[in-house]
Amino acid sequence: MILPGRRGAGSGTSLERGILSSADWRQRRIRWLVRFVHIVTLVILLMVGLGPILWMLKSSVTPTLDTLRQPMALWPNGFDLTQFATAWNKVHIDRYLFNTVAIAFGSWAVQIIVATTAGYALSVLRPRFSGLLTGLVIATLFVPPIVLLVPLYLTVVNVPIVQWRMIDSFWAVWLPAGASALNVILIKRFFDNLPREIFEAARVDGAGPFRLFWSIVLPMSRPILGVVSVFAVIATWKDYLWPLLVLRDPELQPLSVRLPILAPTTDLGVFIAALTISSLIPIGLFLLFQRLFLRGAGLSGAVKG
Amino acid sequence: MGSITDVAPARELTVRHRAARFRVTRDGLSTLAFLLPFLVIFGVFAWFPILRAFVMSVQDTNLVSEPIFVGLENFQRVLADPLFGIAIRNTAWFAILALVFGFPIPIILAVVMSEVRRYRGVYSALAYLPVVVPPVVSVLLWRFFYGASPNGVFNTILGWLGLGPLPWLQSAATAMPSIVIEATWAAAGATVIIYLAALVGVRPELYDAAEVDGASIWQKIRFITLPQIRNVLFVTLLLQLIATAQLFTEPLLFTAGGPANSTMTVLLLIYKYAFQNSLGGDYGMAAALSLMLAAFLAVFTAGYYWLTRRWSVDS
Repeated sequence: MILPGRRGAGSGTSLERGILSSADWRQRRIRWLVRFVHIVTLVILLMVGLGPILWMLKSSVTPTLDTLRQPMALWPNGFDLTQFATAWNKVHIDRYLFNTVAIAFGSWAVQIIVATTAGYALSVLRPRFSGLLTGLVIATLFVPPIVLLVPLYLTVVNVPIVQWRMIDSFWAVWLPAGASALNVILIKRFFDNLPREIFEAARVDGAGPFRLFWSIVLPMSRPILGVVSVFAVIATWKDYLWPLLVLRDPELQPLSVRLPILAPTTDLGVFIAALTISSLIPIGLFLLFQRLFLRGAGLSGAVKG
Repeated sequence: MGSITDVAPARELTVRHRAARFRVTRDGLSTLAFLLPFLVIFGVFAWFPILRAFVMSVQDTNLVSEPIFVGLENFQRVLADPLFGIAIRNTAWFAILALVFGFPIPIILAVVMSEVRRYRGVYSALAYLPVVVPPVVSVLLWRFFYGASPNGVFNTILGWLGLGPLPWLQSAATAMPSIVIEATWAAAGATVIIYLAALVGVRPELYDAAEVDGASIWQKIRFITLPQIRNVLFVTLLLQLIATAQLFTEPLLFTAGGPANSTMTVLLLIYKYAFQNSLGGDYGMAAALSLMLAAFLAVFTAGYYWLTRRWSVDS
């Protein structure tokens, strides 16, 4: 008997098996128990994982008074789509969303440029001191970010040598984002595993280091660039403390910095609509690139381990 | 690509390959060009600030006057601050609570989910969804959920069960557990995915062998599954402890350290020293405290590795 959903269920040692054996699956009592546990888990995950997000969606179209009086009512009494319009136009969520996108895009670009060029130099070109440089990158992985907070802030207030005050410019977020040790390590490891023969063949055919980087190494690294990109965008979207410190001008602040400031003075329904707008892009990215996200989560766990 | 894979005879290739490699490694200028963005960015925004943290911790620094060397005075002032002990106690309390809530839940979820045969992707997506909600949004949303009146979201749910209402963030006793629940909700999904990846690596023969010995399902989990992913469990436990020691956004936005300093964490204290000081930032004290935290975490990590390695060898 082939059990439902069991891909190529065989007897004895099958590669597909988990904790439960096919003999276990064949026992009716165990099968029902396992199904019961799975359904309970699914219901809990739906309520806990999706519940708060659904609540947010519902409350962003529910008039404020209803949300206050009966926050757990299943269905909104009246739809109030104007709350989105108010959040967008009057609370200037459009402006802050634009800032967030601009900050995320710039940070992404800086991270990709730094990590790919560094990974290429350390893994493929391998200058004499590349071992030392790799060691220095790994060392920064072990420094808790909080140690950097204050000295990094003072650096951004006045960049040494060039005497550049970066406060209240997006560069203050973009450039420090590039110093991500995890990105460099992930990309270097990926380049380490690319077949050397192809590089040699390209060199034999007369490709210089720039040509090799642009036409061969980069196109072969799409999978890892996808993972790093998704994480770069999500991490910047999530960041709160750093933009709070370096972007004081409200005109430049991203959503994460503006939302807590707006909370006390904004009508609740409008505010929840603003929260919904702020979450749409990260949740949308996740739904689109689920595989990348889940692979990346496993990957970063493997590196830290 | 066709021309690239058309390679010359083997012998000629090795000679030319050496020559090519020699040329590229000697081509210092282009290597430097590739290293330049990395060296500048890491130099200015990683290595230099790390060194500067050590220098600042023994200086009296503000943005106005020249820094003065003060020896260990910053460290002494931190140790003498009554908030220091409170912050340590709160952070430790948070770590313990986060361990109680946050450590077993992802393990249980991952073990159950690893046996799901159909739609496992739906389970993973649901578990991971809270991780992608921006933390500021989650905190502001949950701040409303934690409304202390009987009409608050969670108090309404408790009301259905005939419990509550709880004061949640309003009382010193329940504020920290409330923060822990939200933080667990926001982070558990990422850990579940890591465990799921580890569970795939458990060799099926081990289960087969255990079944020959008549092991029950529970015994298989207890004596095969958990020991097999033990190393991953040890590492995530450590990472979780390190992350809890650096809790910031949640206590700042939920309670700003209150009520009655019951959620004042070490990071919040560093932030307060540096950026919430009406007399201008006390950067020396902030640097001193952050180095003390880093030193503690380093010693803790070393001790933890030593202990877990002994356990791994023992069994």
